[in-house]
Amino acid sequence: MTTKHTIVALVEDKPGVLTRMASLFRRRGFNIESIVVGRSELPHLSRMTIVISGSTAMVEQLRKQLDKIINVVKVFDITEEDTVARELALIKVEATSATRSEIIQIVDIFRANIVDVAPDSVTVEVTGDENKIDSLCNLLRGFGIREMTRTGRIAMTRGGPGRLPVGKQSSKAQGKKQEA
Amino acid sequence: MRMTGAQILCEGLVKEGVEVIFGFPGGAILPLYDTLPQYPQLRHILVRHEQGAAHAADGYARATGKVGVCMATSGPGATNLVTGIANAYLDSSPVVAITGQVARPFIGKDAFQEVDISGITLPITKHNYLVLDVASLAGIVKEAFYLVQTGRPGPILIDIPRDVFIDQAEFDYPTDIDLPGYKPTLQGHPAQIKKAAKLINEAQRPLIIAGRGVIISRAYEGLKQLAETAQIPVVTTLLGIGCFPESHILSFGMLGMHGMAYANMAVEAADVIIAVGMRFDDRATGKVSGFAPYASIIHIDIDPAEIGKNVPVAVPIVGDVKLVLEALNRLIISTEHVDWLQQLGDWQKCHPSTAIRDCEGLLPQFVIRKIYEITQGEAIIVTGVGQNQMWAAQHFCYDKPNSLISSGGLGTMGFELPAALGAKVGCPDTTVWCIAGDGGFQMTIQELATVVQEKVAIKIAIINNGYLGMVRQWQELFYGRRYVATPLSGPDFVKIAEAYGIPGLRVRRKAEVVPAIVRAMEEQGPFLIDFMVEPEENVYPMVTPGAALTEVLEGPKEVKAVSDSAELPVSNI
Repeated sequence: MTTKHTIVALVEDKPGVLTRMASLFRRRGFNIESIVVGRSELPHLSRMTIVISGSTAMVEQLRKQLDKIINVVKVFDITEEDTVARELALIKVEATSATRSEIIQIVDIFRANIVDVAPDSVTVEVTGDENKIDSLCNLLRGFGIREMTRTGRIAMTRGGPGRLPVGKQSSKAQGKKQEA
Repeated sequence: MRMTGAQILCEGLVKEGVEVIFGFPGGAILPLYDTLPQYPQLRHILVRHEQGAAHAADGYARATGKVGVCMATSGPGATNLVTGIANAYLDSSPVVAITGQVARPFIGKDAFQEVDISGITLPITKHNYLVLDVASLAGIVKEAFYLVQTGRPGPILIDIPRDVFIDQAEFDYPTDIDLPGYKPTLQGHPAQIKKAAKLINEAQRPLIIAGRGVIISRAYEGLKQLAETAQIPVVTTLLGIGCFPESHILSFGMLGMHGMAYANMAVEAADVIIAVGMRFDDRATGKVSGFAPYASIIHIDIDPAEIGKNVPVAVPIVGDVKLVLEALNRLIISTEHVDWLQQLGDWQKCHPSTAIRDCEGLLPQFVIRKIYEITQGEAIIVTGVGQNQMWAAQHFCYDKPNSLISSGGLGTMGFELPAALGAKVGCPDTTVWCIAGDGGFQMTIQELATVVQEKVAIKIAIINNGYLGMVRQWQELFYGRRYVATPLSGPDFVKIAEAYGIPGLRVRRKAEVVPAIVRAMEEQGPFLIDFMVEPEENVYPMVTPGAALTEVLEGPKEVKAVSDSAELPVSNI
């Protein structure tokens, strides 16, 4: 059964990591809906949020294959956990003097912001979960959407400790060949 | 002390215990070559094609258990290594590949002999590096050698721009490694091991399937102890051959597409399967849905991503095979499985998968068997890919690990000659036989020059049937005998060998086989024998692609000619 899963990966900020991960998705045939990557609370570690469609077995394989990548530090599937998920969108809507107030009303209802006004358009900034952004887009579509950009989902579990307890941020190995 | 990048690299290689590098020079890597004479501990072996360097490093690594090192220049030199790197990746072989790269200001400008080799090898290396700062080079070498041979081994590529070789830095070889994202699990989880032990102790028809992981982990004693204590029969994958002595009474040969029929039957009948250091490759499992239908599977492997990838597993145990077996053996009760072993013995008698039929002509299986008899299992056998490979796996009795070196995962034709070269360089006091088909041999035939220049005394047996044998077999069985692009002409291999400076013989008749092999063994240096064998001999047993392991063709009389290739079930090749 295919479901949407949210994967969070903490990766070292080294060249090539993102390429390796993207290459992995393509090669193993994983169906990626969105990827967002940016800084995390830990220095030198980036945090990646991936939304993927697939069966539980397939997502588990993805998690393990990602974990194999040397510069990937930790991978979590937070789909089942209690999370806060948000996305940001910028939407440039056609607006005439006649339609502008209606647009503003809709924007207010969604607690979104107007961040640009031009003679024939306004740009709306909205933050929220996917459903909220989808709904706003549907309503604005009627006026004519000139441009839109969405970031993709970022997510975090509610409460709980950080993903990497401070003491475990790095592991020093002695560099000896593994010999029992 | 301040050193150039080239010197830092060489210092690092010496510190890591490297003794041999297989390579081919070029513009971008010239500064490194110029530095080599300062390090006489590093023997450089010049190959004739970089693919040969990569395969030689691989063969060296598998024969010695050490890290194999190859090097090439930028552009075409680097791309010529790709096949060998992919081969090492799929067989988890510890190979470090060093490539020169154009100078830093030229990177990304489509410069002369520039390719993005680190980009190209992303999916086929365990990890790779592009060194943009000479100060990071020592740490990278240290890390590379740590990664290549720990956890699940795999090839590492280090791409070094020409100007980084020339740049200078303070040489400080690190003692520590900082890899927060790399912590292979070595000890198996105690609860899982307990679960596995319970399953094994209560099993009626247990079976061990052992793969290359046992050899990598050097877990031979633990495996033997498990098998002997609980009287469990052992079958191996192709790459696991030698991890358990085939002459042992509990050994039941190789499983899989061309495995022994009785090994496959054992898999089908087992109620508990202990999979050790193997990854359920499709050549070993046949149709996955029909694999081991009655068995609960215990899977012991150091790579967690392999567990549950192809086959559902009842008891997964992530860990180093040797350590896990040690812990497991402490919980195994001494038992007998007289009926089960009797059953396997009966199947073995009724399905003599390695019997060689009577024939006036020269059978390839006969040749291989004779090489075995004369070398008495003391030689390292390096095979090509295809029919010659399967016969070499079937008609020897391998008792020692790393006595069979073969390209399993990638199935690379042309692996045989350079890999045999590498194996002999690594084990100069062991006899090394290279068993090649006439097709594969022509792919890397140029390395005969390396054999001569470096005085590497390998013995070469060409199983010459004038065809791409395995492909022809498929065409015969599944494509209505339409031999498209499989009849293959070749040169007079004996004349070619002589032209390179290697003595040789041609064998056409059964009576000539033994004297030729004896003659080859007597020769101090390299020797080549061109065996002109029966042209349309097939490898049996064979599991039809897409079929379950027990749907085995054991001989020609069972062949149902499928004339329309569209009838083949969907499967891997």
